[in-house]
Amino acid sequence: MIELRDINRIFEVGDEKVHALQDIRLTFEPGEYVSIMGPSGSGKSTLLNILGLLDKPTSGSYLLDGIDTTSMSDNQQADVRRNKIGFVFQSFHLISRLTAAENIALPLTLAGMPPKQRDKRVMDVLESVGLTERAEHRPDQLSGGQRQRVAIARATIMRPTILLADEPTGNLDQSSGESVIEVLEALNNDGIILLVVTHDPDIGGRARRRIRMVDGFISEDER
Amino acid sequence: MRLADTLLYGAGNIKGSPVRTFLLLLAMSIGVASVVMLSTLGEAARLYVVNQFSALGTHLLIVLPGRSETAGGAPPMLGTTPRDLTLEDADALLRSPYVKDYAPIVVGSAPVSHGSLEREVTVIGTSASYATIRELETAQGRFLPASDYDRAAPVCVIGETLRRELFGHKRAVGERLKINDRRFRVIGILADRGQSFGMDMGDLVIVPTTHAMALFDTESLFRIIVQATGRSAIESAKRDITRIIKERHEGEDDVTVITQDAILATFDRILKALTYTVAGIAAISLAVAGILIMNVMLVSVSQRTPEIGLLKALGASREQILALFLSEAALLSLIGAASGILIAWFGVFGLDRMFPAFPLGTPAWAYLSAVIVALLTGVGFGIMPARRASRLDPVSALTGR
Repeated sequence: MIELRDINRIFEVGDEKVHALQDIRLTFEPGEYVSIMGPSGSGKSTLLNILGLLDKPTSGSYLLDGIDTTSMSDNQQADVRRNKIGFVFQSFHLISRLTAAENIALPLTLAGMPPKQRDKRVMDVLESVGLTERAEHRPDQLSGGQRQRVAIARATIMRPTILLADEPTGNLDQSSGESVIEVLEALNNDGIILLVVTHDPDIGGRARRRIRMVDGFISEDER
Repeated sequence: MRLADTLLYGAGNIKGSPVRTFLLLLAMSIGVASVVMLSTLGEAARLYVVNQFSALGTHLLIVLPGRSETAGGAPPMLGTTPRDLTLEDADALLRSPYVKDYAPIVVGSAPVSHGSLEREVTVIGTSASYATIRELETAQGRFLPASDYDRAAPVCVIGETLRRELFGHKRAVGERLKINDRRFRVIGILADRGQSFGMDMGDLVIVPTTHAMALFDTESLFRIIVQATGRSAIESAKRDITRIIKERHEGEDDVTVITQDAILATFDRILKALTYTVAGIAAISLAVAGILIMNVMLVSVSQRTPEIGLLKALGASREQILALFLSEAALLSLIGAASGILIAWFGVFGLDRMFPAFPLGTPAWAYLSAVIVALLTGVGFGIMPARRASRLDPVSALTGR
């Protein structure tokens, strides 16, 4: 369960103040499938960064599973990011010298889990994204769709509350984009909150709840 | 995050960019190798001097005429003697229970000839005790016989070089040679011991004291080498010698007594200081390697900005990112130190082959300090880039800005 209360985000660019988010009020229930669409500069990415605790709101509060995150220290926020939030990026962000399995294990490694337990968890999620035979491949030996599925496996290995996907199909062709979306939707069916930011109306239209943003406001919120 | 995982991650980065790693290791290992090798050389120089002193014989004191003490007025020069040091003075020293033996020494230079061959060499006038005190051995024949000064026969012992020059392949022992037109019979050849304090022990003639005094027309001794009864007796012997000579010289304290230990200790101190200085200079190259590590790490931080942003998004704390980068710097320094020590070993081995007489041995502190300094510079200079990495803003880091 996620609750945003009167979130404002103001950037100072030179002397000018840019109001990227204005009084955003949103609630996401467990198992929700949400898409956020809107033109460039409408504040979608800023909203995503705030939801992912990568950025701090200028004012307002953000409750994640009933806990106020806005007053947390940096390291507490890092803990929340590790345990409750999964990121999927347009450019995958895999570490090129690590194998698929090692990339997926990264959050577990950061959490200090011993290698044996890690391996078991990694094999489980690799199976769920259909990449068991690719475990020892490096990112440059994988196709774009496979890379994104590795990234999704990494984002979900800590069993987060919310999965934030920023243009997850932006760098993919039609068919691999389709398969990536199917993997994400399957995860959503297991109860994870799925939030997809996209330009693509076909992909945005698949979500059960569709939010449109313009100039830092929420202009539409359809269910 | 587990330590093993942190180190593995750092090791992965090191392996990931081999050229960068090679250059860093080169700089680091040159620094470490120069510290280890230069301190080895310094230590070897010290050992060499110490060995030279023990080659001089054991428990020795040297009595010089003249006083090396400033007592107001113009500083008296060493060797400007108010009174001669005589053979009688030397004999009197045996009255001390702490003096085991002594050898008087007269030194000069004179032409030595055999047949038509002539050479100008050092002539030492001394007694039979000289051989035992200086631990000299003869290769052929024997050393000067023990006898009263007045009745000493005109015999001599010559060095190996002089034997070769004057006699070649012919037998030398029993032959006669001329020193300043006085005739001497060769009774022994010194074993070849090379140099001793700059004096070539191969190129000299040793004759009985009184004959040397007659050759150089002097009544005075150049110095007296005294052997104490033991190491603990050296100080007492020094006191006795000063007292005995003072009595004989009408209360004038006009000799200088030098103990072997005092000279040795001074040289030891000087050379130790020199070794540390040289090692310190070599440590500068380590600091240069440290700055190189800092530079390369800074470049690496900006190259890997998206990776750092990702780690932050995955929930890495500042401390974890700091630890990741520092472990990389520490690993580089350790590997650099290890390969530096390896290079130093080969270097020392090579030097040992080239100069077998030089007592090369690397002191343990050289290894230890080289490794510690390498680690400190590596991690010390790694802190700044690592802090920069840990403080990156995740949003801009992810987009590579």
